[in-house]
Amino acid sequence: MSESFKRTPTKMVPAPSHGIVPERDVGERPVLETRNLGISFGGLQAVDDFNLIIGKTEIAGLIGPNGAGKTTVFNLLTKVYQPTMGTILINGHDTAGMNTAQASKMGIARTFQNIRLFDKMSVEDNVRIGLHNQIQYGMASGILRLPSYWAGERRQHERAMDLLSIFDMEDLAGVRAGSLPYGAQRRLEIVRALATNPSLLLLDEPAAGMNPHETEELMANIVKIRDRFKIAVLLIEHDMKLVMGICEGICVLNFGKVIAKGTPEDIQNNPVVIEAYLGKRKEA
Amino acid sequence: MKRNRKLAEKLITFGIVIAAFLLCKILIGTGVMSRSLRGQLIPICVYICMAVSLNLTVGISGELSLGHAGFMSVGAFSGIVAAMWLSKGVGVESQLHCLLFAILVGGALAGAAGVVIGIPVLRLRGDYLAIVTLAFGEIIRNVMNCIYVSLDGSTLRFGFINPGLPGKILLNGPMGATGVKKMASFEIGFVLVLFTLFVVLNLIDSRDGRAIMAIRDSRIAAESVGLNVTKYKMMAFVTSAVLAGMAGALYGLNFSTVAPAMFKFDTSILVLVFVVLGGIGNIRGSVISATLLTMLPELLRAFSDYRMLVYAIVLILVMIFTNNPKLKNAVGRLLPRRGASGKEAE
Repeated sequence: MSESFKRTPTKMVPAPSHGIVPERDVGERPVLETRNLGISFGGLQAVDDFNLIIGKTEIAGLIGPNGAGKTTVFNLLTKVYQPTMGTILINGHDTAGMNTAQASKMGIARTFQNIRLFDKMSVEDNVRIGLHNQIQYGMASGILRLPSYWAGERRQHERAMDLLSIFDMEDLAGVRAGSLPYGAQRRLEIVRALATNPSLLLLDEPAAGMNPHETEELMANIVKIRDRFKIAVLLIEHDMKLVMGICEGICVLNFGKVIAKGTPEDIQNNPVVIEAYLGKRKEA
Repeated sequence: MKRNRKLAEKLITFGIVIAAFLLCKILIGTGVMSRSLRGQLIPICVYICMAVSLNLTVGISGELSLGHAGFMSVGAFSGIVAAMWLSKGVGVESQLHCLLFAILVGGALAGAAGVVIGIPVLRLRGDYLAIVTLAFGEIIRNVMNCIYVSLDGSTLRFGFINPGLPGKILLNGPMGATGVKKMASFEIGFVLVLFTLFVVLNLIDSRDGRAIMAIRDSRIAAESVGLNVTKYKMMAFVTSAVLAGMAGALYGLNFSTVAPAMFKFDTSILVLVFVVLGGIGNIRGSVISATLLTMLPELLRAFSDYRMLVYAIVLILVMIFTNNPKLKNAVGRLLPRRGASGKEAE
């Protein structure tokens, strides 16, 4: 069943500063680099000394037990929270002082653990909102229906349909996003994130609530997206089959601290990880 | 196909307004329409514009604003001053030109007020925003109570708190404007309604309108795809203020006496009632409810003293009938077409 996703192990090499990246990305600037990233809420150090490097076309995984701080890392990267220490570099640019919208323009896009679609709007409109900063025209041409409005709308429509075709969702374009089945909503969130033309796609538990067959499809699609858009993916996931199946570099978080980093092979055999995470899962 | 449906929806809305206008014209022409109802025509146009513009803030942008009458008041008084200056000070004969100028000035100044108020207000959310808009509405009314404007030759003179200005007084503090020439006409009111609908409906169905609605539906998701939340909230709020100011200018030039007290908190609530009754976010509903509810007190004249009581009862009944899921289901079961959805609910 999983034959088609047999990952040929990626050769990982040391990155110029720290951490590892796929060998093919060595000549390129890493899409994400964090240095000593941390945040404390009151007295609680939710994330501490988080260092991560992601290569330009790497598929990376962020795993760890519940409450380890994985989603907090996502919120830090997308500037929902401002870090209390450390640095985030996206494509080499420091994001200090930026807000979420500016981080998005820097090339970082995400999906949410608890799906956040624009429920009352159509599937196509959800994607068009993702295209907002990609295909523009002014407010006046929108109200007065100037030629730039029609041209912009047509380009948005074509691009939205093209993006929806990744998941064969063109037929659903007119459907209300809130009425889609769960799996389709997750896929639509990925399409909306891709519409912002990111260089790094953050997926927060993309396989949550999916059946094994859907997860298989999702794995193929994540790889397909990476290959087609030449982007990096960082995903949080509890489904170890997915993580070990497609991630090239994995970072394990526990109580806000990185306890292990390396290739899937390293992680699978790391006694600290097995004790903190994988071992417990097997018993369950 | 989707685009066609949207276009059809829009054409239906415009069609209803145009048909109602033509019907009124026929009724006036044949003399069927009563005098009192004829006097209501311009206020109806004004309240339609007010309701549609408030729906942009409340329904489309999702911010409960309780100070909409403030923008109407800014538009009304600046419109009156602009029209009087143009007709008396500059000597422009055409009433139509004066009225259009007044509407433009009213819209512009209300828009400026919208920017000034929007900057602090739109930092707040939910109930807090509502209360602060209420406060700003009252501030505008109190400021209007203190503004004195006179026309000295062709120059306008402004004063604050009873300064005894030379020349012909246009705005006299709490007395407001007196001796205003009635320039408003039903035709211009109709055009203003079409203009307001054109702006709001086209804005909703454009890139910016989608951004505004996206922020309403999920602020976090909207930010995550790179939408500038402040910009689009501001866009909706200021557009709404401009349209309210234009309606206010028309309203001001429809009466011989206009006082700041006419734009009280009650007026904001009245417009909000139109919006809620017509359906939050439903533009056509706002048009219909503003029309019917403005006419209702006239139509209820037969009840004489109990008029406002009946008005209130009608309001309560309509609210119950449109928002009670049980009643909706009951109606749904009676209609054969919607039988399936009724079963789903069970």
